[in-house]
Amino acid sequence: MDALFLSRLQFGLTAFFHFIFPPLSIGLATIIAVIELQYFRTGKELYDKMARFWFKLFAITFAIGVASGITMEFQFGTNWSQYSRFVGDIFGAPLAAEGVFAFFLESTFMGLLLFGRDRISKAMRFFASFFVALGSTLSAFWIIVANSWQQTPAGFKIEGGRAVLTDFFAAVFNPSTVPRYLHTVDAAYITGAFFMMGISAYFLLRNKNVEIARTSMKIALIFAVVAVLAQGLLGDLHARQVAVTQPAKLAAFEGAWESSSNAPLNIIGLPNPGKESTSFSIGIPGLLSWLVYGDSGARIQGLKDFAVADRPPVAATYWSYRAMILAAGWFVVLVLWGAILLKRGRVYTNRKFLTAAYYSMLMPLAVNEAGWFAAEIGRQPWIVHGLLKTSAAASPLPAYQVLLSIILFGAVYSGLLVVLITLVRREVRQAMTGDSEVAGVAGAGSGISQPGMPV
Amino acid sequence: MDLNTAWFLLVGVLIIGYAILDGFDLGVGSLYYLLGKTNEERKVLLGSIGPFWDGNEVWLLTGGGALFAAFPLVYATVFSGFYLAMMLVLFGLIFRAVAIEFRNQIDEPVWRQRWDFLFFVGSFLPALLFGVAVGNVAQGLPLDNAYNYTGGFLALLNPYALLLGLLGLAAFLMQGVTFTMMKTEGTLQKRAEGLFGTIWISFVALYLAGSIYTYIVAPSLFDNYIRYPVLYLVPFITVAGIALAPWAVRYARYGTAFLASSLCMAGMILTLALGMFPNWVPAVDPNLSLTIYNAASSQLTLKAMLIIALAGVPIVLFYTIYVYRVFKGKVKLNQGGY
Ligand code: HDD
Ligand code: HEM
Ligand code: HEM
Repeated sequence: MDALFLSRLQFGLTAFFHFIFPPLSIGLATIIAVIELQYFRTGKELYDKMARFWFKLFAITFAIGVASGITMEFQFGTNWSQYSRFVGDIFGAPLAAEGVFAFFLESTFMGLLLFGRDRISKAMRFFASFFVALGSTLSAFWIIVANSWQQTPAGFKIEGGRAVLTDFFAAVFNPSTVPRYLHTVDAAYITGAFFMMGISAYFLLRNKNVEIARTSMKIALIFAVVAVLAQGLLGDLHARQVAVTQPAKLAAFEGAWESSSNAPLNIIGLPNPGKESTSFSIGIPGLLSWLVYGDSGARIQGLKDFAVADRPPVAATYWSYRAMILAAGWFVVLVLWGAILLKRGRVYTNRKFLTAAYYSMLMPLAVNEAGWFAAEIGRQPWIVHGLLKTSAAASPLPAYQVLLSIILFGAVYSGLLVVLITLVRREVRQAMTGDSEVAGVAGAGSGISQPGMPV
Repeated sequence: MDLNTAWFLLVGVLIIGYAILDGFDLGVGSLYYLLGKTNEERKVLLGSIGPFWDGNEVWLLTGGGALFAAFPLVYATVFSGFYLAMMLVLFGLIFRAVAIEFRNQIDEPVWRQRWDFLFFVGSFLPALLFGVAVGNVAQGLPLDNAYNYTGGFLALLNPYALLLGLLGLAAFLMQGVTFTMMKTEGTLQKRAEGLFGTIWISFVALYLAGSIYTYIVAPSLFDNYIRYPVLYLVPFITVAGIALAPWAVRYARYGTAFLASSLCMAGMILTLALGMFPNWVPAVDPNLSLTIYNAASSQLTLKAMLIIALAGVPIVLFYTIYVYRVFKGKVKLNQGGY
């Protein structure tokens, strides 16, 4: 096990862990801001209770998102120093901008809500919630700018062995930034909405906390319908961009070995890199060519067009992409089912739907990871597409040091997961028994009073 | 002033901002067991930093990002060179974050002890290690032609670096203890006052020892001062802070005491920065030193970043001050608790 392999393992592991939380945070923060807006507009106590309950769950996931995000920020320097030297002129700026424009906003107003919720006006409560949501959404923008530049670099020249910026806006709005950003943020809305639907369904199935659960179910379901249907379009936009900018990756998504005109859209198959073929492949002829170029006769490159050394790991890319697409199919079914029930007024009582929503609650988390796996593994062997190979990017570290840090990350992150699950379950169970402090907020429930707070 | 110098100063400002602001919560955490004896007292201590610590930590993240953007070679060399030490800082920050957020959520005696311990360790480790890192950079790092650090992990733990580690720790403790006096009352405040004297004396002694030791191991840090004697005014910021702090504590001007402690911190960092300029990382072989020129990003990037900073930072200061004002005053224990 060399340091390069270990650094890759560590980055994959820590990014995987971190990315459990941001989509949940972005999604929940946005829906909570909408609830706060309702409270501000109507002044109904129900919205106040709802906002407090969801905010508590949100605060728990947020804390772990923050803790695991710090790791990500340091790792480019610690584990990928050659990479950092190569891309620093371009890659560092979005990370700094994320701090200035997003993290400050998010964390400052989060502090205000956690500890000062009872001391600010209803309007300020809404603004603070709005700024937390805005901050997390902006944070996604800048980090996605950085990642997208690695995928589809633009606005630079190579000078003295380093990438040097020539056009700031071309680098920020490189070919994949906008599709990737829209797709990822929409995925975050799906994630938040499904989470809220799932927990509400859990309450409704047990006939507890019904008032909160009904209204939450309705809001979350509306969010989910819009976000899931939009994701079909946004995903298609994204895939077309990949086809043009990273054809080897697209070929891996599709398990396509031969170049072809009238290329089929693969539904399912079994890619076999040893034989350079995909067995049992079922596809719709011409559809891929048509989706990408609007012409079913257009030519799409296959993997054999690329030197073996320049191909991504096909099976992993193919299956993660497949998992995302198949899950998206199920999401469409679920939200349309829900929408019909909602229209007929039966969504709160249909046990089949509620059970399905409950079991699908965490699926978007897995789908998010699958999407990233497809995007990142499909980018291999490049760390910066077409410019720098991953194998030339790691820090020259003694392997034992990286091994040690991986073991620690493994231990600490597993511990965090256990705590997280315990806390969420406890929160939900408390809300069930009714004596809950649905009304209490994390900070305010701490038994201390901030200056000026009513005692 | 050229862009490179401007960014040297800006990154410096971010580091100072971090040291002052996160300094107080790292300080409170490092003094946690000494200050807070009962569960209620500990709750008050955590409550005093609760609304702020995450925002404070963002100064570090932004400082790191700005260093990456403006001086990528420094970021790459230092972060990879100090690998294990950086990991320890990182785990410290992770522990601290979850301990603060979750102590109130799992409020049972056994868990409370665990959170308390993690909070202490998570504050103490970074508070100590930042100074150790600075000490290593200040005395010069062994680098190879590709600017990679060639010393081992244990070489980082040399006497000079450890001394600066202790000096840094003392400065963080001053931040913590003066902040506690300012934000609490009663027993906690008394206890903080009691600790202040010891911390102050340790800080002064370490500051003197550190200055003398620096002259021995890194005399070149005094070159700029010899060339421009007017720079000697800068260390006086620290001296002023040192003189002001005990006076302010004696007359119960706790806000002033906190300010004085912050002056010590800012003065120390500025003094060192001026001594290093234009180096970021002096190397053992001076030809390999990373300076604000050979380690920098292109002029275009520095310019774009400057615009981002000028647009963003005023907004940040505006709402940060707003939130600090909302929480102005003393943190108390709720009557009756819950
Ligand atoms: C800003 C850049 C960035 C962002 C936002 C992400 N990644 Fe990434 N990822 C990288 C930058 C990167 C990288 C630095 O470029 C790596 C490290 C080694 C490599 O090959 O690429 C990488 C590798 C990498 C690998 C290993 C691939 C391999 O070695 O074959 C996985 C599994 C992931 N990432 C997963 C993720 C997930 C789940 C993310 C969601 C948060 C994520 N990445 C976001
Ligand atoms: C490898 C790349 C990444 C880095 C370096 C990174 C860095 C960070 C850091 C340092 C924090 C903590 C901020 C604080 O203290 O307040 C954080 C939290 C956060 N990150 Fe990431 N992040 C990465 C990937 C992502 C991605 C891909 C997204 C979104 C699509 C994202 C969205 C967020 C959000 C919303 C938060 C706030 C905490 C939370 O919501 O859980 N991050 N990140
Ligand atoms: C039919 C629906 C969908 C299509 C056609 C689609 C398409 C894509 C494509 C082409 C990529 C890879 C982009 C790249 O390699 O750079 C991708 C990535 C991703 N997908 Fe999807 N997707 C769909 C549904 C979903 C759903 C439902 C979710 C989550 C709930 C999701 C979450 C993600 C994420 C988080 C990424 C990684 C970030 C990125 O590259 O955008 N996708 N998707």
